[in-house]
Amino acid sequence: MSIPRTIKEAAALIERREASPVELAELFLERISSEDGKINSYITVWEEAALEAARKAEKQISEGNYLGPLHGVPIALKDIFVTKDSRTTCGSKMLRDFVPPYNSTVAEKLMASGSVVLGKNNMDEFAMGSSNETSYFGPVKNPWDTDRVPGGSSGGSAAATAANLCVASVGTDTGGSIRQPGSLCGVVGMKPTYGRVSRYGMIAFASSLDQAGPLAKTVEDAAIILSSIAGHDPMDSTSVNLPAADYASALSADVKGLRVGIPKEYFISGMDPEVEKSVRKAIAELETLGAEIVEISLPHSRYAVSTYYIIAPSEASSNLARYDGVRYTYRCENPETLRDLFFRSRSEGFGDEVKRRIMLGTYALSTGYYDAYYLKAQKVRTLIIKDFENAWEKVDVIASATSPETAFRIGEKTEDPLKMYLSDILTIPCNIAGLPGISVPCGFSSEKLPIGLQIMGKPFDEQTVLNVAYAYEQSTKWYEKEVAPPG
Amino acid sequence: MKISKEDVLNTAELARLEFDDETLSKFTRQLGDILVHIDELAELDTKDVEPTSHVLELSTPFRKDEVNQLITTEDALSNAPGKENDFFTVPKVIEDQD
Repeated sequence: MSIPRTIKEAAALIERREASPVELAELFLERISSEDGKINSYITVWEEAALEAARKAEKQISEGNYLGPLHGVPIALKDIFVTKDSRTTCGSKMLRDFVPPYNSTVAEKLMASGSVVLGKNNMDEFAMGSSNETSYFGPVKNPWDTDRVPGGSSGGSAAATAANLCVASVGTDTGGSIRQPGSLCGVVGMKPTYGRVSRYGMIAFASSLDQAGPLAKTVEDAAIILSSIAGHDPMDSTSVNLPAADYASALSADVKGLRVGIPKEYFISGMDPEVEKSVRKAIAELETLGAEIVEISLPHSRYAVSTYYIIAPSEASSNLARYDGVRYTYRCENPETLRDLFFRSRSEGFGDEVKRRIMLGTYALSTGYYDAYYLKAQKVRTLIIKDFENAWEKVDVIASATSPETAFRIGEKTEDPLKMYLSDILTIPCNIAGLPGISVPCGFSSEKLPIGLQIMGKPFDEQTVLNVAYAYEQSTKWYEKEVAPPG
Repeated sequence: MKISKEDVLNTAELARLEFDDETLSKFTRQLGDILVHIDELAELDTKDVEPTSHVLELSTPFRKDEVNQLITTEDALSNAPGKENDFFTVPKVIEDQD
């Protein structure tokens, strides 16, 4: 049996009885045990729980109770989704011993679909980072070149998927945290429309921006996972009450006549010329496939990073106030007073990047600065949304690079947070406007590092976004040509 | 705009964080650099622009007022770093009266 790389391949092996869910789980657990030391993509591996889930799947399938394409398939979860009775750290010392008493809706739905969860992927602390270097559990390394970062914050999910230490994973994206690591690791990563997937039990970073989504080798696999996790949840009042489609069955590679907008502002100065070349070539490919290429303008794009670095830290400073050393978090040793307990537990439990963002948000929300920063950013958010609304009158999707560069070296940007923040310049607007976006591999640099094409779509039009990515992927098949070595 | 060391200290007090001198200097410089970059937003005229706090039109959903215990007291206390009976414990807040 060859090791399956996609959900489709794994499901076919199970269907033809060439591999059982237990055999697949054992195979992947062995791979993690022998290979993950090189890339550090897991925080917690579920050796026993995975085998137990696999045995359950095997029994259900043998009794003729087949639940669908994820049944018995080994996947992973970013360690931001709380999982009942299994440690959930969010990449932080603050939660290193946190064992949640309930399941996130995403975890619950994936388990209900019969998938076998192998463990919890490494991530930037509280999802704050673009390189996975802020994790309390050590940096994740890019499987294509272990001197380089995998991107972040869902870097463990992207690296584990690329190195085939899971068939696919689910991550979260607040400013690019699924798409950017997807791009840097050469896998597909999708952020659905804000509200498409329940945020219940997904540890909050910036509540008006956070959204869960798949990292997978193919667009079809991403569509399968999205169908499984999407939908209204009474436990999350921001999850929308729209029927979740069967995105994979509805996939179509026909893009004839579809209007693809190319925002001129997205080909920024300082962009890696090799990235620009690959993305322009990908756009030409879409034109060959029959899409109409339309140049558009999103004039406020250049303000997106500044807007984001007010809104996201402001929301974070409020969300992270709950980590106080009292209820379920790290507590400092021998606190003398309640004040001492708060200050030392928080100062010892959070890493520097999290503290920087709490400080930035607290400052932006504090008396005297609220209007100049927070209110101003909310108004610019309106302008950025209006740019997109204007664009949708002319085009059906928007295409650009996902990241202006390929994977950078570990340590290259850690001393300059602003430089790090600018890594997400092309992915942030999508979150600010709540739009669906996907990164699909579109080639390699001369140093053999993956490059990603980003497709953004109208609110709740995930299907068109997936279709365009699928059309491009099926005509180029980068995922067949190249496989990331596991470090 | 640049931020002063005093501003950083005041903000840390609000955020319940404390820093050693070296980190305080580093944060003052880094937060200053970020805020200078963010000052570009002042270029935009937003006088007549409505703020967006959320992309969705949100309304408060109602449900039936039914008792539904999602987690037990025991579960809720299971991760507490300090607990006694059914309570979280913290250092004494009220001073002893002599």
